Amino acid sequence: MTELAANDPLPKPKRDIAPILLPVALALVMIPLIGSPSTWLTLTAASLAMGMMIFIMASGLTLVFGLMDVLNFGHGAFIAVGAYVATLVLAPFAASIQADSLWVNLAVLAPAALLSMAVSGALGLVVERVLILPVYGQHLKQILMTTGGLIVAEQTLYALWGPQIIPMPLPTSLRGSFILGDVAIAKYRVLAMLIGLAVFIAIQLVLNRTKLGLLIRAGVENREMVEALGYRIRRLFLGVFMTGSALAGLGGVMWALYREQVHASMSDELTVLIFIVVIIGGLGSIGGCFIGAILVAMVANYGGFLVPKLALVSNILLMVAILMWRPRGLYAVTSR
Amino acid sequence: MMILSGDPPRSRVLTLVLVLIILALAATPFLFPGAKALNVAAKICVFAALVASYDLLLGYTGSVSFAHTMFYGIGSYAIAIALYGMGPNWAAVATGIVIGLPLAALLALAIGLFSLRVAAIFFAMITLAVASAFQVLASQLSWLTGGEDGRSFQLPELLRPGTVLVSKNLFGFEINGRILTYYLVFAISALMILALLRVVNSPFGRVLQAIRENRFRAEALGFRTVFHLTYANCIAASVAASAGILNALWLRYAGPDTSLSFSIMLDILLMVVIGGMGTIYGAIIGAAIFILAQNYLQSLMGVASKAASEAGLPLLPGLLHPDRWLLWLGLLFIASVYFFPTGVVGRLRNAGGAKSGSASH
Repeated sequence: MTELAANDPLPKPKRDIAPILLPVALALVMIPLIGSPSTWLTLTAASLAMGMMIFIMASGLTLVFGLMDVLNFGHGAFIAVGAYVATLVLAPFAASIQADSLWVNLAVLAPAALLSMAVSGALGLVVERVLILPVYGQHLKQILMTTGGLIVAEQTLYALWGPQIIPMPLPTSLRGSFILGDVAIAKYRVLAMLIGLAVFIAIQLVLNRTKLGLLIRAGVENREMVEALGYRIRRLFLGVFMTGSALAGLGGVMWALYREQVHASMSDELTVLIFIVVIIGGLGSIGGCFIGAILVAMVANYGGFLVPKLALVSNILLMVAILMWRPRGLYAVTSR
Repeated sequence: MMILSGDPPRSRVLTLVLVLIILALAATPFLFPGAKALNVAAKICVFAALVASYDLLLGYTGSVSFAHTMFYGIGSYAIAIALYGMGPNWAAVATGIVIGLPLAALLALAIGLFSLRVAAIFFAMITLAVASAFQVLASQLSWLTGGEDGRSFQLPELLRPGTVLVSKNLFGFEINGRILTYYLVFAISALMILALLRVVNSPFGRVLQAIRENRFRAEALGFRTVFHLTYANCIAASVAASAGILNALWLRYAGPDTSLSFSIMLDILLMVVIGGMGTIYGAIIGAAIFILAQNYLQSLMGVASKAASEAGLPLLPGLLHPDRWLLWLGLLFIASVYFFPTGVVGRLRNAGGAKSGSASH
């Protein structure tokens, strides 16, 4: 090892790019298998859009686990709550949703999404204080508590809105597709991709360029040391938890628009996907979560096209394969 | 004491409650006439065994599995498919058992080996993912499982309600195939619970508890924790599959709602926590309380909901609707983790222990 002089820059940590290449490689391998390039492009766009939505929902969960070692099995509840709250805004303004103008549509969609985020973020505050605070550091009880919370949230949604599926039509200007030659890419998917990318970049900027982010990353690596330096990591954690819940709410709205319907059981279906993403990515890693979400979506889309029968277990197979390669997920950031 | 493996209930009230429950279950066909009471009793028996096997995992090893209904479902479907395909005879019952139990144990082995290889924290998430994939698989492979409709089948001659074994005697009771089936369910469930009691009080069970308390230390003492955990997983899966077999035999049906759905998994979790984790006896109490509530509280809630809507109260009718009973159960669940994490059994034992402790001083 060479000695470092006082003025030398610190050695850069090694960049681990193998996981980044994984989705790219997967997409390239699929070109000959799928055959038609236009179908391939459509499928790839679809998986990117789906991956972004899953990433938005999963990012909060992975940070919550990484920072505070809290296993939240009730994360799906925030997704469903977000979607239901959005219907509160979208239903009275159905006329604006029908209007054929992107700006009028967005003028309704944006407040709906913001309100969803606010409500699910506030719910996150309550959940953290009531359900998670008393059971810090006890995984078994965390799982039990948050599972109980999920039941209560789901049942309350049923009690308030009724058990029926609520339709949530896409705004008129977001219907249809952009047609480039013989490639069709749904407009809404482009919007989803843009929002997902924006969220990813925002999280990365906060984590890597601000003091807050520095503290969060330090907390993920070694919580006690950050506490010993005099920072109130509990408060930091509360902030991360609320942000994660709000993002789950946003993801819920986007997913509901994608499926064009809202139902309380949507959280069950998504929880499993999100868990797989978080496990694949490595607990606590935003980058891993991002790649994991795209991989899961790719496997779902390509798999659904090539071998529909296999689509059911494809996510499990993906998870098994990745954990065989890296038993702690793509990027292992925590020491746990 | 031998039959309880030297692990008695250790509380007078608890003993009394347990004896009452078991006597009531044993005498249900004669005490409470009617199909509903018998159905409820059979369900309590099946779930007591199922929950006890889950307690082996949750209470004794401290690992949270969400795949327990999968094993339960494997048992149910194995017997259902065998009896559906081969006709109502004992060979089919044997085939179902011979295929179902090893299948469940092997799958548990695979999940255990795989998820214990990676970070232990993943166990709950991986079991959840596997179980949900299995559920989808079962509803998609409709040529085998009957899809969403499930499989109805006929029981062998001896177990059918039409078979009269003892005709009406002077007490006015008739023993038919249905009652025989009930006692089959009752006896096998009781045997399984006693066997589990034996397992947790064996040296093997002590190691499991050591792993629960401190896995690292248990490993340092020279126990192969992966072997013990996987073994416990396989035992629990086999018992769960057996409970599934009993359930299918009783219902003469196996389908996604009765044997695979995620809500059954939540029911099991609730029963373990309400009854008391790590006690085995808690399974009997939890199952009895929960299933009685499920079957009788709902009608009570219906009455309350109606009364509330007639009184013109807002929101309450919706909250008290019989379909929303899980809401109240969820609240009860959170409250029980909060206020008495040791469950009914732990509470009773502590109360009794405190009394006897003060008496001896």
